[in-house]
Amino acid sequence: MVSLPVASPQASDAARPSRAVTRLERRSRWRWHEILFWLSVASCPLIVPDDLVLASQVLIAGLFALSLDLLLGYGGIVSLGHAAFFGVGAYAAGLLARHGWGEPVSGLLLSGALAGLLGFALSFIIVRVRGIALLMVTLGVSLVLHEAAVKGYAVTGGDDGLQGIAVDPLLGMFPMDMWGRTAFGYSLAVAFAGFLLARRLVSSPFGLALQGMRENGRRMAAIGAPLRRHSALIYTVSAALAGVAGALLTQTTEFVSVEVLGFQRSAEVLIMLILGGAGHLYGAFIGAAVFMIVRDQLAAANPEYWFFWLGLMLVLVVLFARGGIIGGVGTIAYGLGARFRKGGTR
Amino acid sequence: MVSLGNVLFNGLAYGMLLFVISVGLSVTMGLMGFANLAHGAFAMLGGYVATTLMNKAGVPFLLTLPVAFVAVAAVSFVLERVLYRRLYRAGELDQVLLTIGLVFMAVAGATYVWGPGQQPVRMPDYLTGQWTVAGIDIGVYRLFLILVGIAVTAALVLGIERTRFGAMIRAAVDNPRMAQGCGINVNRVFSLTFMAGSGLAGLGGAVGINLIGLDPGFPVKFMVYFLIVVAVGGLGSIKGSLIAALLLGVFDVGGKYYVPEAGAFIIYAVMVSLLLWRPAGLFGRR
Repeated sequence: MVSLPVASPQASDAARPSRAVTRLERRSRWRWHEILFWLSVASCPLIVPDDLVLASQVLIAGLFALSLDLLLGYGGIVSLGHAAFFGVGAYAAGLLARHGWGEPVSGLLLSGALAGLLGFALSFIIVRVRGIALLMVTLGVSLVLHEAAVKGYAVTGGDDGLQGIAVDPLLGMFPMDMWGRTAFGYSLAVAFAGFLLARRLVSSPFGLALQGMRENGRRMAAIGAPLRRHSALIYTVSAALAGVAGALLTQTTEFVSVEVLGFQRSAEVLIMLILGGAGHLYGAFIGAAVFMIVRDQLAAANPEYWFFWLGLMLVLVVLFARGGIIGGVGTIAYGLGARFRKGGTR
Repeated sequence: MVSLGNVLFNGLAYGMLLFVISVGLSVTMGLMGFANLAHGAFAMLGGYVATTLMNKAGVPFLLTLPVAFVAVAAVSFVLERVLYRRLYRAGELDQVLLTIGLVFMAVAGATYVWGPGQQPVRMPDYLTGQWTVAGIDIGVYRLFLILVGIAVTAALVLGIERTRFGAMIRAAVDNPRMAQGCGINVNRVFSLTFMAGSGLAGLGGAVGINLIGLDPGFPVKFMVYFLIVVAVGGLGSIKGSLIAALLLGVFDVGGKYYVPEAGAFIIYAVMVSLLLWRPAGLFGRR
C-alpha cells in the first residue's frame, strides 16, 4: 500500500509554520484568472449554444491531456501509448452500459478504476525501464490492446466499434440530448472534478517530490525520495484519470470506435499537451481547445490534407515554442510585468 | 497447410527487407541518440522515387534503386541540417514530437502528390516467377530481397570494420570527446552516417514495394515494425538488428499463416516481453 504524505495545515500551525508549508499554501490559493477561466468555460451554453458538442469534446480531450500532464509534465515520464488507458475506460463504460449497467456516474467511476488498475499493474513494468525503451514499451502495450480490440470481435465489435450503448439519464433526471446540453454539463462537472484532484495533487508534498524527480532524479534519490513508488503512484493516478476521460467520451457519444486505442489518439494527446504547455495544469485544457478547434476548421476547409498543417504546427511548436501557449504567454506577461514594475518605480 | 520451409523462406525474405529499412534507424537511435520516428517516411520516399521513375520515365527497376538511395540520403541531409541537428541535446520527447510532426506532413504530402491509393508497380520479368526446390516454393523476387539483404549486411560490416571512415564511426561512438580531440569531425561523421542510414531506408522502401506495397499510410503502418527491430535488436547494433529483423519476419509470416486470428498481437507481445527481460534489447550495450 502506498501512503500519501499529506500536509495538514492544522498540525503545522500548531507547531511553527515552516517555510515550505506556507509556500505550498500560497501555491494552492485560487487566483482570479483561474476563477475567470472556469467561469468562461461554464458560460459556453450562453456564448456558443450551437457548438456544445464540440465544447464537450474539448473538455474530454482536455481531461485526457490533463492526465498525461500529471505523468509527463509533472512526473517527467514519457508515454507514447497513453491511449491505452483512455481506450480501456471507453470500452469499459461501453460494455457496462451495453450489459445493463447504464447508470452514468457509477459506470464512469468503475471504468476509471479499471483503467487505474491496469495502470497500477503496468506501473511495475514502467518503473523498470527508461529512455527509448520506455517509449517502446508504452507504445507496445497500447498496440497490444488495440490489436486485441480489433480481433476480439465478439466482445468489442472489432473495427465496427461498439454500438447500441444506452446510457441512463444523468442523476436520473437529465437524458443525453442531441444538442449536447447534458453532455456539456456532465463533461464540465467531471473535467472540473478531475482538475481539482490534479490541482490538489501537484501542490501537495507528493506533487513537489514528483516535480523534483522530473528536474533531477538522482538528487531526489539522494535525499531519500522513493522514486519508483512515486512513479508508480502517478502512473496509476494518470491512468485512472485517462480512463475516466475515455468513459466520459463513450457516455456522451454513446459509441466506441476502435481508434480510441489507436496510436493516433496517443499522438494527438501528446500534441495537445505540448501545444498548450506541459507542466502547467491549464496547458492541457488550452492545448486541447486550440487543437480541437484548429482541427475542426482545418478538417472542414481541407479535409484531405489537414494532417499536413497539424504536422507543421507540431514541428513549429517543438522548434520555437518549447513552453507551448502557456509558456509563451507567461514569458510575455513576465516581460510586460517587469517593464511595468520598472516604470512604476521611476 | 503451408510447409515450414515456405514460412521460413518467406519470413527470411521479409525479415531481410525489414533489416535493410531499419538498420539506419538503429544507427540514428543508438549511435546518435535520436528517436527518429520519421524513418519510415524516408523509406516511403524511396519507394515513391522508384515508382515515379519507373512509371513516368520508364527507368529500369534496378537503376531506380541507387537513385532512391541517393535521393533519400540527400533529403535526409537537408532535414538533418535544418531540423534534427537542433534537437540532438533535447530530450527524446521533443525528438519524438518533431518526427511525428514530420510523419504527419509526409503522409499528407504523399497523398497530395501521389494520391491516396496503392502505387502500381510492374517488376521486370527476370524478377518474377517461382521455382520449386525440395518442396519449397522459391519466389524469385523474394530470393532477390534476400540477396539484397546479404549484400547490405556485407557492405555494412566491411565498411565499419575495414575502412577508415568505419574506424572513425567506431571511435566517435565509443568516445565522442576523445575522437574530437584526435581531429575527427564527429558531427560530420554522424551526419554522413545518418545520410547512409536514411539512404538504406530509401533503398528498402524501393525494393519493398513488390512485397509490402506503397501508399501514404506507409510510415505509420510500418513504424512499429521498424521500431521493434531496433528496440529488440538493441540500439546501434547491426548484428542485433539483423537477428531481430529475421526473427520478426519469420514470426510475422508464420503467425499470418498459422494463427491469422491473432494478427499482430503475437509480435507486439513478444516485443514487450523481450524489452521487459532486457530493456536495452538483445544486443544492446547499455
